[in-house]
Amino acid sequence: MIDFATYLELLDLVKASIAAAAVLGIVGGLIGVFVMQRDMAFAVHGISELSFAGAAGALLLGVNVAVGSLVGSLIAALIIGLLGARARDRNSIIGVLMPFGLGLGILFLALYPGRSGNKFGLLTGQIVSVNFEQLGLLIGISVLVLVALLIVWRPLTFDSLDPEVAAARGVPTRALALIFMVLLGLAVAVSVQVIGALLVMALLVTPAAAALRLSASPLLVPILSMGFGLVSAVGGILIALGGSLPISPFITTISFAIYIVARIVGQRVRVAP
Amino acid sequence: MIPALTVRNGTLSFADRTLWSDLDLEVAPGEFLAVLGSNGSGKTSLLRAILGQVPLDAGTIEVHGQPVHRGNRRIGIIPQQRLIMAGTPLRGRDLVTLGVNGHRFGLPITPKTDRDRVDALLASVGATGYADRPLGQLSGGEQQRLRVAQALADDPILLLCDEPLASLDLAHQSAVAELIDTRRREHDTAVIFVTHDINPILGTVDRILYLAEGRFTIGTPDEVLRSEVLSGLYGAPVEVIRSRGRIFVAGIPDAAHHEGEVA
Repeated sequence: MIDFATYLELLDLVKASIAAAAVLGIVGGLIGVFVMQRDMAFAVHGISELSFAGAAGALLLGVNVAVGSLVGSLIAALIIGLLGARARDRNSIIGVLMPFGLGLGILFLALYPGRSGNKFGLLTGQIVSVNFEQLGLLIGISVLVLVALLIVWRPLTFDSLDPEVAAARGVPTRALALIFMVLLGLAVAVSVQVIGALLVMALLVTPAAAALRLSASPLLVPILSMGFGLVSAVGGILIALGGSLPISPFITTISFAIYIVARIVGQRVRVAP
Repeated sequence: MIPALTVRNGTLSFADRTLWSDLDLEVAPGEFLAVLGSNGSGKTSLLRAILGQVPLDAGTIEVHGQPVHRGNRRIGIIPQQRLIMAGTPLRGRDLVTLGVNGHRFGLPITPKTDRDRVDALLASVGATGYADRPLGQLSGGEQQRLRVAQALADDPILLLCDEPLASLDLAHQSAVAELIDTRRREHDTAVIFVTHDINPILGTVDRILYLAEGRFTIGTPDEVLRSEVLSGLYGAPVEVIRSRGRIFVAGIPDAAHHEGEVA
């Protein structure tokens, strides 16, 4: 354990990381609402594996890892968006892409001669080791996703609920589905940097799933979900700083605990008249 | 008076199969047209052509005297009832709100005028009482009432109904059918109603368009729902049975599941 003064010093060092995690927590909670509505949890996992491959490739080539992660993410998101318009096609495409991406990533890491800490970080998170310049990029992307989501919110909700009626009423459903996949790809790429490819669902799925146990209000669900994402991401870092354990397990555990509580509370809300 | 829908010499094929050809159809304002036929006979494709989503292979199609185009806000659409995904954070009124402003991009804030419009629409279908309940907790009949309200958001001149009564119980079937009928009588809205089962709307329908085997026939229910007419259409013996005010069609070729079902 460390004393309080040391903790504050550490805190000062990772300020930027905490800011990045906070923004991601909010964006992850928000986009998670649509991930749930569009039944895309599996897609999140699939995209994250290709994002990992992209990041590992970038590491091997000695270029910006966050950019590599973005490229992998966007390629996966576009493939899933273009080929997987229908849910059944989508799942098989993701099932095919995912092991390929993970395999590619493992290959790149095996070829990478550098420190093993970097390798492990891509799978399980490394936010505190992300450099300042990259943190700026991550925050910038998160804000972009946040703003874009708010702009497409209504048509995207319509399309998620009832794509045929939405199309008939003038919603550009195909373009919207692709835009959503790109936004999801961006959010996943940022998450991979923060908590690692294997754990992105803790920020992109769990908070929204928890919020949906508590409410069906189109206003309250996104707000709760963003709050849960924020608490998980920032809380995880703050707790991890006090010890020597990695950050990710704290984020995933807080996120999971919130979900469990939401389930129990939600049950009582539902039973009540 | 400008017809709500005009199809002239319309031909539509899917892959290399002709769904229907040389279709001439005029639907007057306030008219209730039912579209019947087996699965794959081109019923839904007709709706998609009216919505401007699939082009005709030949002929012209106009809504209210204008060539069809995508996203025509004066067409209301009532789809089949379906299961709402568990993770849908919407209440009854939100379904109706989507009809009013669901196509608009921009910050998702619904202004007072839109909210008033939603309240009026909810009241017009008698859904005010459950407007604030989660969509996933509503019965099929309650959902369909909300979908009617959603379809009326822009005061449509043409209502397209795609099996809106399917999987509803009899009481809800007649309640929803009556809502649609009232709307067209009070506002002269033309209704095109695709259905497997003519019985819930038998007393309402003005004319029937019956599609089968790449052919079609149009007329009043009494003209179309006759053994010799449908046998001619299918090119095989088909029997129309009338029993206690209900109509059953038996012996439709290539569609075993239609046995016992209606029309």
